[in-house]
Amino acid sequence: MLKSKTFVKKTRSGGVLKIVREHYLRDDIWCGSEVCVECGDGAPVLLRDPRIESDLCTYPHYLLPDTNVVLHQIDILEDPLIRNVIILQTVLQEVRHRSAPVYKRIKDAIHDKEKHFYTFTNEHHRETFIEREQGESANDRNDRAILKVVLLTNDQANKEKAEQSGLLAYRCEEYIKSLIGNPELVDRLALASDDQNDITGSKLLFPEHLPLSRIQAGIKSGTFLQGTFRASRDNYLEATVFIHGDGEDSTEVLLQGLQNLNRAVHQDLVAIELFPKERWVAPSSVVLQDDRPNDEDAEEEDAEKKSTVSDTSVLKPTGRVVGIIKRNWRPFCGMLNQSQIKEATRHLFTPADRRIPRIRIETRQASTLVGQRIIVAIDGWPRNSRYPNGHFVRNLGGAGDKDTETEVLLLEHDVPHQPFSQTVLSFLPKMPWGITEEDLKVRTDLRHLCVCSVDPPGCTDIDDALHCRDLENGNLEVGVHIADVSHFIRPGNALDQEAANRGTTVYLCGKRIDMVPELLSSNLCSLRSNVERLAFSCIWEMNHNAEILNTRFCKSIINSKASLTYAEAQMRIDDAGMNDDITTSLRGLNKLAKILKAQRIEKGALTLSSPEVRFHMDSETHDPIDLQTKELKETNSMVEEFMLLANISVAQKIYDEFSECALLRKHPSPPPSNYDILIKAAKSRDLDIHTDSAKALADSLNEATLEDFPYFNTLLRILATRCMMQAVYFCSGMDSDFHHYGLASPIYTHFTSPIRRYSDIIVHRLLAVAISADSTYPDLMDKHKQASLCNNLNYRHKMAQYAQRASVAFHTQLFFKNRGILNEEGFILFVRKNAIIILIPKFGLEGTVFFENKDKPRPRLNFDTEVITEQQSWHCFKLNIFN
Amino acid sequence: MAGLELLSDQGYRLDGRRAAELRKLQARMGVFAQADGSAYLEQGNTKALAVVYGPHEVRGSRSRTLHDRAVINCQYSMATFSTAERKRRPHGDRKSSEMSLHLKQTFEAAVLTQLYPRSQIDIYVKILQSDGGNYSACVNAATLALVDAGIPMRDYVCACTAGFVEDTPLADLCHAEESGGGTTLALALLPRSESIALVQMDARLHQDHLDPLMEAAMTACKGLSKVLDSVVRQHLQEVSVQTRE
Repeated sequence: MLKSKTFVKKTRSGGVLKIVREHYLRDDIWCGSEVCVECGDGAPVLLRDPRIESDLCTYPHYLLPDTNVVLHQIDILEDPLIRNVIILQTVLQEVRHRSAPVYKRIKDAIHDKEKHFYTFTNEHHRETFIEREQGESANDRNDRAILKVVLLTNDQANKEKAEQSGLLAYRCEEYIKSLIGNPELVDRLALASDDQNDITGSKLLFPEHLPLSRIQAGIKSGTFLQGTFRASRDNYLEATVFIHGDGEDSTEVLLQGLQNLNRAVHQDLVAIELFPKERWVAPSSVVLQDDRPNDEDAEEEDAEKKSTVSDTSVLKPTGRVVGIIKRNWRPFCGMLNQSQIKEATRHLFTPADRRIPRIRIETRQASTLVGQRIIVAIDGWPRNSRYPNGHFVRNLGGAGDKDTETEVLLLEHDVPHQPFSQTVLSFLPKMPWGITEEDLKVRTDLRHLCVCSVDPPGCTDIDDALHCRDLENGNLEVGVHIADVSHFIRPGNALDQEAANRGTTVYLCGKRIDMVPELLSSNLCSLRSNVERLAFSCIWEMNHNAEILNTRFCKSIINSKASLTYAEAQMRIDDAGMNDDITTSLRGLNKLAKILKAQRIEKGALTLSSPEVRFHMDSETHDPIDLQTKELKETNSMVEEFMLLANISVAQKIYDEFSECALLRKHPSPPPSNYDILIKAAKSRDLDIHTDSAKALADSLNEATLEDFPYFNTLLRILATRCMMQAVYFCSGMDSDFHHYGLASPIYTHFTSPIRRYSDIIVHRLLAVAISADSTYPDLMDKHKQASLCNNLNYRHKMAQYAQRASVAFHTQLFFKNRGILNEEGFILFVRKNAIIILIPKFGLEGTVFFENKDKPRPRLNFDTEVITEQQSWHCFKLNIFN
Repeated sequence: MAGLELLSDQGYRLDGRRAAELRKLQARMGVFAQADGSAYLEQGNTKALAVVYGPHEVRGSRSRTLHDRAVINCQYSMATFSTAERKRRPHGDRKSSEMSLHLKQTFEAAVLTQLYPRSQIDIYVKILQSDGGNYSACVNAATLALVDAGIPMRDYVCACTAGFVEDTPLADLCHAEESGGGTTLALALLPRSESIALVQMDARLHQDHLDPLMEAAMTACKGLSKVLDSVVRQHLQEVSVQTRE
């Protein structure tokens, strides 16, 4: 059954290598159809009676798309209507080679049982293997390989060839249009490249992109640089390219003007060319939005609004995009701007993300889509078009509607939010659940301890609890008890995989997207009062100076005596009349926490600030009715101190045990240039900020106060927060710098919130192995798998934060919607040439105010490039953030 | 770009084999008349030539002589043209010496050396073309050469590699699979007694995965032994026909 055939390939890795590989041809690859009687396939994938109603083919048929169809029309193939498709291995490989996102989507479709997609391994089938001919390119060979079985194609020549060999072939458009009763599918057709020429005249707006071979040569010789394109949020004519250097020497290059941006879209991987020094410019401080009316064929008059700052010190390296190495397009959410011409089918689409340009789409249902949130995918950006071309993918619902908006921001931030699948739920423990004899045997029984939890009000996923008691020798015993989630989520099962993918629980206003199913998060794992729960405990023996004498970790059983809110706990501590066990325990904890905090600050830990608000929600409509900034009580910091201490202790323990594969968290120290805005801001009030070390920064921040302006210090801290780098998870075997800058700790990890963070679950597992309470499994010890897990967690974590912020912003808007005009005090954070960015502390709201807005009186303000920031402006301006 | 997809979702490997399938094995015995025993073996694109001299008196320094059994002397080398880039030193480098040592250990376990005290058996193996699994091709070729030389052995020594990709053990790796990351385990087995002559693994592997991997390698070795056996039988038949004439 094996037929051996060797073939020769040439690849380039420095020089030309001749690679000889074997290629076995088989005759046991089945066709996958239920109809077929000759194949001995055990589990056919394709249905016996594939029904797709079509004018062209009135009989049952299977579809067989070629590579270009898969690449460009993936949206159609993903539609549940399209089923019974044969994907050839040749096609799959070419797709993999050309576009990773499409490859992933088609693979998902293949795995979906409902879709009946079958992959035919034609390269290895004896009858369908095609030998590469002398002098034939790989592409042509692939075409021929596909032809031999054949097809749904867009390529004219390919179609002719196919018809020559007497096979049935249709153009994709023809076929889709022939489907009865599914007009919305037509809109989803991506524009094929040869249709685009007739959109606008022949006026070319953009310089040509260089071919990949020249870009690669250029990068090698150093004339071009490679980097990630990041559009500016504030100015659509400006962007930076982040050049990936080796370690320290990563730089940013500024790009200005539509021509120089040259059709790059946010997050694309681009090649750029640096201008000579004379042409370097400073980043413009103009805020520009692409607000022009829906000009379908308007002439492009972009007079480039270059700033003419003469000061050479602020000049940045400037360049232009010469080519695009890899597009990073994804589907975008946004709104449709209907064309002014009634019957037009081409419309512009404005994405929700301001960094994405507007997209031109073709649709016949514009009137129904206006006012709706829709998803659009980009197909291409020809040289003669001002905007990229795209196609409609999905309608999410009415704009402004709360559910739709939440959906939009979840999609935009790539937060997985589908309900948990049945397979995932099947791994949950069976109810009623109770503590078994076995648990009692292996766990330390801590039910007699007076444990209590302190959390924000309304919290149902309680993952930490504390206790403190006096020991006979005069020392104190302090315990942090964390929900033992890893007891319920066993490595490798569907529940574990789902949680690993979600990475974190996302808290939106009035909504929580759980990482683990609710039964665990709000019931079995939640350390509620007066029920017996499994916990992972970290117990210290401390003296009264909060010095740790002894650390112990154990899996335990606890029975929390009370779940308090921060305010309740504070009341108990302050109320001298209360002297029960819980209160004394809390007082002991509070005393130690204060010492711990002082020690930490002594070491140079930073206290930063960011404006945070809470909404009071209407219980019926879930509309926000009031909002207030979060205030911090002593008890907040009490809980925080012990969590930090537990995290640090655990980090040390797992690193000692697993130096190669411990999951840790680090916070790199920011490069000095990050502090520029902070130093300038302080200068405006004649204060000095030292940024040499975390300690110096913390000290100078403490001293930077103004008598007549108490909020100033908080403002500085807000700015300092913006100077910081992101803290990230990493695997200890892949990195050497472990330092946590913000906490001034040499090592740190996350251990205390396993209900809402997956990283903590991994840390729990590592710690359980370290105290021999559990066994390892392969993936836990594999540092590459750990590292890729860390990447996912970091990404999810970042996205969750953005989604949280976006949700707050949206609810703030809802709140103001019915408020009319309010007068509030605001502070200027940044000054741009034609706008200021303003923070209103009471609402934690940040907004851009343009000077030349027609319906608003111009605030009297002189632009001064030096004193950027925080001239405290006592202008009471009217709020119309909705414009 | 991500690395190669070593195992497709449909369960096919890069060259079209399934996970447990071996490469095509072809072999010939008695290819050289001067030597006491010789064999040529192809395992896929890996081609090896093995030559056996002896048993004969110990050459060189007398001190190496063992009084109760024979000394086995192995030398491994790779032809300069065996890899994609031309090799500078065909033998004597660190890798080759290590491989020689491994071969020596393998055959000391299999050859009944106590039958030939104070003598020496030389085994020379050369890789003519390398496409993964050099060690196993050498062992298999040398086994055939020893059989050809008529040196008594406990059993055939069959060697095969196995790797681990996406939780599936793959048998008999080719070069692309060996260099594509992951673990490679080389196993030399005396199939009838299931005793292991040599097992070698350089990379890290979780304990839970070791058993399936060993299992896969053992099965592969047993499969190989059948092929080797048929080669020997066919060779004997040809030789006996020739002598009868």
